[in-house]
Amino acid sequence: MDPGPAQPPYVVAGFSVPRVMFQVLVALVPVLAVQIHLFGMSPLLLVAVAALVAVACEALALHLRHRSVRPCLRDGSVLVTAALLALAVPPTLPLWQLALGVAVAVLLAKHAYGGLGQNPFNPAMVGYAVLLVSFPLEMTRWPAPGGDWDAMTGATALDTLRNGLRQSYTMQEIQAGPAFGHVGAMGGEWINLAALVGGVYLLARRIVRWHIPVAMLAGIAVPAALFHMFDPGAHASASFHLAAGATMLGAFFIATDPVSAATSDRGRLVYGAGIGLLTWIIRTWGGFPDGVAFAVLIMNLAVPLIDRYTVPRIYGHAGQ
Amino acid sequence: MNATAILAAVGTMAAIAAILGGVLGWVATRLRSDPDALVEQIDALLPQTQCAQCRYPGCRPYAEAIANGEADIDRCPPGGETTVRALAALLDREPRPVDPQYGATQPPRVALIDEDRCIGCALCLPACPVDAIVGAQRLMHTVIAAQCTGCELCLAPCPVDCIAMVERAGDQPGRAAA
Amino acid sequence: MKLRGLRLDSHTSRPLERPIRVVPPPATLVLALDQGSGADALPMVRPGEAVRVGSAVAAASGAAAAVHSPVSGIVREIAARPTSRGASRCIVIDNDGRDDPMATAAPIDWRAMDGSALIECIAAAGTAGLGGAAFPTATKLALARAAGAELLLLNGAECEPWICCDAALMRERAADVVLGAQVMLAAAGAQRCVVAIEDDKPEAIAAVEAAVRAATDARIEVRVLPALFPLGAEGPLVAAVTGREVPHDGWPPQVGVVCQNVGTAAAVARLVQDDRPVMSRVLTVTGSGVQQPANVEACIGTPVGQLVAACGGYTGECARRIAGGSLTGRSIEGDDVPVTKGMNCVLLASDADLPSRGPARPCIRCGDCAAVCPAGLLPQQLHVAARSDDSAALARFGLSACIECGCCDYVCPSAIPLTARFRAARERQHLADLERRRAIEARARYERHQRRLAEQAEAERQAFDTARRRARGADPGDR
Repeated sequence: MDPGPAQPPYVVAGFSVPRVMFQVLVALVPVLAVQIHLFGMSPLLLVAVAALVAVACEALALHLRHRSVRPCLRDGSVLVTAALLALAVPPTLPLWQLALGVAVAVLLAKHAYGGLGQNPFNPAMVGYAVLLVSFPLEMTRWPAPGGDWDAMTGATALDTLRNGLRQSYTMQEIQAGPAFGHVGAMGGEWINLAALVGGVYLLARRIVRWHIPVAMLAGIAVPAALFHMFDPGAHASASFHLAAGATMLGAFFIATDPVSAATSDRGRLVYGAGIGLLTWIIRTWGGFPDGVAFAVLIMNLAVPLIDRYTVPRIYGHAGQ
Repeated sequence: MNATAILAAVGTMAAIAAILGGVLGWVATRLRSDPDALVEQIDALLPQTQCAQCRYPGCRPYAEAIANGEADIDRCPPGGETTVRALAALLDREPRPVDPQYGATQPPRVALIDEDRCIGCALCLPACPVDAIVGAQRLMHTVIAAQCTGCELCLAPCPVDCIAMVERAGDQPGRAAA
Repeated sequence: MKLRGLRLDSHTSRPLERPIRVVPPPATLVLALDQGSGADALPMVRPGEAVRVGSAVAAASGAAAAVHSPVSGIVREIAARPTSRGASRCIVIDNDGRDDPMATAAPIDWRAMDGSALIECIAAAGTAGLGGAAFPTATKLALARAAGAELLLLNGAECEPWICCDAALMRERAADVVLGAQVMLAAAGAQRCVVAIEDDKPEAIAAVEAAVRAATDARIEVRVLPALFPLGAEGPLVAAVTGREVPHDGWPPQVGVVCQNVGTAAAVARLVQDDRPVMSRVLTVTGSGVQQPANVEACIGTPVGQLVAACGGYTGECARRIAGGSLTGRSIEGDDVPVTKGMNCVLLASDADLPSRGPARPCIRCGDCAAVCPAGLLPQQLHVAARSDDSAALARFGLSACIECGCCDYVCPSAIPLTARFRAARERQHLADLERRRAIEARARYERHQRRLAEQAEAERQAFDTARRRARGADPGDR
C-alpha cells in the first residue's frame, strides 16, 4: 500500500496528466466529427493510423532510452500529438506520409529532446512543417466538401485568396468563388466552429487558460481588421481569417501546448499575440497559404526571451 | 558567370568582413574589463581558507593568478566543486573536477587541540592566518572553532603533534518561513 | 496583489458539533524546550526539584518563550524525547495530582499599566504565538511598539483544512478574544484592531461581533474574508486586510501592522483575568482515525495518546498521525508526542482522508502552480532551478518568498513534490549563505592578521632604528 507522501502537503487535488490529455482528446471529437461529415471516413482512418504509429514510436523511443514503457505511455500525451497532426493535414494525404510526419514529431521533436515536458518545439507542428516542406503538393490539396474525390478543387480558400490577390482580383470577386462559404472557407469554417466549441469546452474545464487563445485570436483579428478597414479590396476581413484555415484549432489546441509555450501569464499573452500576428503576416505576404504551423515554431524559438522579460512580480518585492 | 561578377562578390564580402572586424576590434579596446575588478570578483568566490593548498600563499594571490591566466580554476580543494562551478560561470569556462594533486575535498573540518598533550610552546599561534588560536607561552592553547577555517597550517609547527582535524559540528538548518 | 490560493473542503463540521472539552492533566508531562519556534528555552530546574502549578521551568531565550509547569509534582529528568519537530530536549515532570498553585489567582489591573509593563507581564507568562509559530508574543509586541505599528490584526482566518480550534474558541470564548485584543492594543501602542475571520465560520463571526458590541470598543472591528487557503498566513493576510505587502526582507510592523492569533489573544485575556501563565491551549483532534473528533483544551505537555483517549479512542483506520493540518503539518510517530504551544491540531488520518498522489511525472509546464501561488512565484521555474541547484536562478525566481503552503503541490497534474523540493533547496541555500558569510569573516580576519604582522614588523624596525640611533648618539664619535 502506498504510504503516501513523506513530507507535507499530504493531500492533493487528484488532477493528473492522463486526465488532462483525455479531456483534450474529448474536445477534439467535434472537429473529427465535422471532418467525417465533410470528407467521409478518411479522417478517422488518418487519426487511427497516426495514433498507432505514435504509440509504436514512443514505445520504441522509451525502450531505446531505457525508460519504463508502460507508465510513460499511459500519460496519453503522444495520442494528443497524433490526433492534432492527423486533423491538421488534408484527409487525402497518403498514409505513409502521415506516418512519416508522426514519426518525426514523436521521435525527433519529443524524445530526442528528452520526452514529456522537455520539447522546446511543438511536436505536432514540427511534423506538419516537415511534411509541408517535403510533400507540398499533397499537403495543400484539400478535397471539395461532399466527399467527391473527382471534383477536387485542389486549393483551400486561403490558397485561392492568395493566388487571386496576386492576380489582382478584388476580395469581393474572389470571395464569390466556389471555395468560399458564408464567412470563411467552404467546409473549413465548420471545422473552425467545431474547434471553437472544443476550445470553449477546454476553457470551461480549466484545462487550458484563456491567455494564449485570446491573445492569438486578437493577434490575427486586429491586424486583419485594420488592414481590411483601410483597403477592403486587397485584404480579407478579421472574420474571414478567424474562420479560415487552422485558426481555431491553432488557438485552442496547438498554441496552447504548455511545454513549448511561455511560462507566465503575461508571457503567454505576448506568445499568443506573436503567433497570431505571424500567422496573419504569413497568410498575407508569405509564401504559404496558412501560417499557423510556422508561426508557432517561430514563437517557440522566442520563448526563452519572452520568459526572461515576463517574470511576474513576487509578493514583498515592490516594483521589481 | 564572368570575372567582373566574381570580383564584385568577393570584393563586397571582403569589405564587409573588414568593416565588421574593425568595429569588433575597436569595441574590444574601448570596453575592456577592469582587471582589478575581476580579481575582486574571483576572490569573492574563494572560500578564504588561506591554506595555500593551491601553491599560492593565500586566496588573493590565487585569484590574481587566475585573472592573469597563470593558474587554472581547479586548484582549490576546500572550495570543492561549488567553487569550481562558480568560477567557471564567472569566467565562462568549462567546469572540471578539482585536480587531486592539489588535495582532496574534505567535509568542513576544524582544528582541535588535545589539551592533555599541549605543552604551551605557542608555535601554532603565529601559524594561524586568521588568528583563531588563543593562548600564550606556557598557558593552554585552544582553537576557537567558530573562527577556524580548516586550513591545517597549525598542524606542522606543533612539536608534539597535539592538533587534530575534526569534522565541524552541523549547522542548524533554517527555520521554515511564516 | 491578486488574492491567490485554493478553495478546499474544510472537514470541520464534526469537531464543531460539540463544545470544547477539557482534557485532565496526564500523569507524566513532557514539556519540550522547543515549543514550536525552532529555538530552545533555557531549563531552570534540575531533576528531583519540586514544581507547582505555574512555576517557571524554562527561561525565555531568543525565539523561545518561557515555559511554565501546568501541574505540581517532581521533575523526573531533562532528556531527549520525540516531539513534533523530531527529537528535542524536554523537561519531564511526574504529576503528583495535588495541583498546588504557585500563587493565588488574582486579576491584573492592566488598564493602569503602561505598555512596557504590560509587555513584561506578557513575557513573564510565557505567551507565545498559538497560531503555530510559537514566537514570543511579548517580543513581537515590543517590536511593533518600537516601529509604531498602528493596526493590530487578529488572525481568526484558520484557512487550513481539518483545523477548527480557533473557530471553536471564537464561538465559545469571544469575550476573551476581545479582552485580549484590548490588552494587546495597549501593550503594542496600536490604535485599532481588525479581527479577520473567514466566511465559512458564521458562528464565530456572530459571536465575535456580539462580543465587540458588548465591549463597546469602537477601535475593534470584524472583517470577513473569503475562505481561501492560505489566507491565514501572515503575508497574504496582511495584504488582504490592508492592501499593503510585507517587504520580503522585513516584517509586518514595517507596514504598520502587528499580527497575532486569536488564540494568543484569548491566552492574554486569561493572563490578566487571573494572573496565571500560559499552560494550556485549545487544539483540534480530528480525522477518520478517531472516534469523536473534537476541539479539546489540554495542558502543554499532554501526550497525544491521552488526547485521543479523551475523544473516544482510535477507530482502527488511522493510517498516519499529523501534527497540524493536511497541507503544512508534520508527520509524527507514536502516541507519546507531547502537546506544545505551537500545536494547533492532531490529525489522525485514514487512507481515505489523504488519498495518495501516485508516481511523479515530468513537469508539463501547465502553469497551474503559478496560478495558485499566493506569493506570485513561478514554481515550474523554481522546480527546474532547484533540480540543478542553480542558486542564481533560485534567487531570481524568488525562492526566499516561498511560504511552503503546499498549494502548488495540490494542483500539480504531474504529482511533483514541489514543496518538499523547495524546502530542501531553502535549507541548502541557507547553509550556502552561512558558508559565504563565514568566508567573508575569515577574509576580514586574515586581512587584520596581515595588518597586525605588518604593524609589528614596522614597530620592531622603528625600535631597532631608535636603539641604533641612541647607541650612535651615546658614542661621541662622529656626531
